[in-house]
Amino acid sequence: MIAFIVRRALLAIPTLAFISFVAFVIIQLPPGDYITAYAAELRHQGEYITEAQEAALRAQYGLNDPMLVQYWRWISNIVFRGDFGYSLQWNAPVSSLIWDRLAITLAISTLSLVFTWIIAIPVGVYSATRQYSVLDYVFTVFGFLGKGIPDFLLALILMWISFVYLNLDVGGLFSAQYQSAPWSMDKFVNLLQHLWIPLVVLATGGAAGLIRVMRANMLDELGKPYVETAYAQGLSEARVVWGYPVRVALNPFISTVGWALPALFSGDIVTAVVLNLPTTGPLLLQALKMQDMYLAGSFILVLSVFTVIGTLVSDILLAWFDPRIRYA
Amino acid sequence: MTEQTIPSNTDAKGKTNAADRKEELFTAKPWQLIWRRFSRHTLAVISMWFLGLLIVSAIFADMVAPYSPFEVQRLRTLAPPTPIHLFHEGQFVGPFVYGLARERDPETARVTFTADTNKVLPIRLFVRGDEYSFFGLFTSDIRLFGVEDRRNQINLLGTDDLGRDVFSRLLHGARVSLSAGLVGVAFAFVLGLTLGSISGYFGGWIDSSIQRLMEFIRSIPTIPLWMGLAAALPVAWDPLFVYVLITLILALIGWTHLARVVRGQFFAIRNEDYVLAARLAGATEFRIITKHMLPSMTSYIIAALTLAVPDMILGETALSFLGLGLRPPVVSWGVLLQDAQNLRSISLAPWLLSPGIAVVLTVLAFNFLGDGLRDAADPYGQ
Repeated sequence: MIAFIVRRALLAIPTLAFISFVAFVIIQLPPGDYITAYAAELRHQGEYITEAQEAALRAQYGLNDPMLVQYWRWISNIVFRGDFGYSLQWNAPVSSLIWDRLAITLAISTLSLVFTWIIAIPVGVYSATRQYSVLDYVFTVFGFLGKGIPDFLLALILMWISFVYLNLDVGGLFSAQYQSAPWSMDKFVNLLQHLWIPLVVLATGGAAGLIRVMRANMLDELGKPYVETAYAQGLSEARVVWGYPVRVALNPFISTVGWALPALFSGDIVTAVVLNLPTTGPLLLQALKMQDMYLAGSFILVLSVFTVIGTLVSDILLAWFDPRIRYA
Repeated sequence: MTEQTIPSNTDAKGKTNAADRKEELFTAKPWQLIWRRFSRHTLAVISMWFLGLLIVSAIFADMVAPYSPFEVQRLRTLAPPTPIHLFHEGQFVGPFVYGLARERDPETARVTFTADTNKVLPIRLFVRGDEYSFFGLFTSDIRLFGVEDRRNQINLLGTDDLGRDVFSRLLHGARVSLSAGLVGVAFAFVLGLTLGSISGYFGGWIDSSIQRLMEFIRSIPTIPLWMGLAAALPVAWDPLFVYVLITLILALIGWTHLARVVRGQFFAIRNEDYVLAARLAGATEFRIITKHMLPSMTSYIIAALTLAVPDMILGETALSFLGLGLRPPVVSWGVLLQDAQNLRSISLAPWLLSPGIAVVLTVLAFNFLGDGLRDAADPYGQ
């Protein structure tokens, strides 16, 4: 088991190195650089800087060096000193900007993953054991709808409903009066009022797909002889279903946790922009538009690292769950 | 197929009918069997008709839409959808709409629109409207439907904040959004088919390196990657060029799914007798792959392609919605939804969300169609 974990962890390292390089290249792709965008922004406001000033700024930020040199400077600072560089737009170190937002993103994503599972597993099991029942059809329709509705549309509609019909204040994580208030029961309730929309949006997208997977897996398992044997021994339905086929059917579930994470992060970004959440989405979008490359690059890098770690964890979980994979 | 509806009176007749049907089943061509399977999936058939209608009206959007998507009406901003009536004062007059009266709220100074029930505007087919050029082929001013009064309009889905007809914009947006999905899938198809078949046919280290590449692409969160790539496109570029690049970006990530399907199929039939026979007969590997193996999985590939379209459409919509994809004046569903980005505009004009409903319906239809095709892909199974 330990050998397996070590092997998988070692395999993740080249992937991470490659991802960091790709993240950097993507950020470098746009023609021009931050100084170009900065000068354009200044022109927009009616001011301007001279060519010489632009050149001086470029030299100061090291933007004239070859790309590989810039990449090495960036990545070696991250790896050896935990220094993610400097956000040119915010005039602050990147690490002071991203960790809060990443923590909230991770919290919301994890919460919605838990919600997804809480919804998907029982519903999938029910749909399989009561195939073609009324509720099965209802869940099927729900599954297709969940796949078809874009995250941001669902967020917009829920926001509209809760604003017009429930008279709730929406957008952000807190209402204005609780923004800087110390924690209290009221603030917590206020948080829940804001949090349910992103959670519902993110969980429905994921649950819709997983219900189908769970249902298909269960249907495969339910027809097998060992289930019949268990029934023949006189066990109750609940004990048969939850004791044997569910455990087997969960297998592909665990192996896709790693893929659920990137999907959640992606969904979170669009949803967060709509709902104005203090997560990574709005800041990343802003950074990309302004070509604030260290900030944007760090976001893409850290989100990808989370994903790789998520895949690693799901591989390990899977091996722990299923000895056939461990010894393959 | 008609035999099924005829009630069989006698046993003998029933038997011959069954025999006929069996014989028909044995002699049927594969596409007949596929069609038979497919038509049993009602939702898929409905989706097929819906998508067909949508594609036709998108191609002929100039003709079907009553107005130009760019025509600004300063006195008709944010007008609500005009309902279609059949009866005027208890009398049947055929489909018509009422004219709109523009009023200003004396307290809030907000403009409101009410139906002017004195003005009956019958809906006419093939009315003369503004002139348009149909893909540069010919110019015409015939519109599929509309009202004859030039000073009034029929806005099936209301108007936006510049007084442009949302329904017309929706149809023109369908052109861009649908074709972006289809073109994106075409790019993904080429990539996925090439790499998937190489991976599946040769196996070994080629296979494992392509697998690593696919795993790697899958492990990057899609939207940030799309955003990063899309942000790289300069604002000043020609919209058409940006459009092609956006579809390429979508395809760059979407191909992995297709490649997986193709690879799986190749593994399944690599050791079939007819492949071995072709190899023994001295066929080149290119010929074996393209002439012998790929045709056997056409139906699977078509199903996988259909299922890949919705992701592309959703991707384009999300990117354009965020302002990183297509930009106005290009009209796509994502661009249209930019107008519905904040709470104020939605609560003021909920009809601005209608492009979103179009997206949902289209995505659902592609999913159902793909499901039906996948079920029908193997007509000899079961």
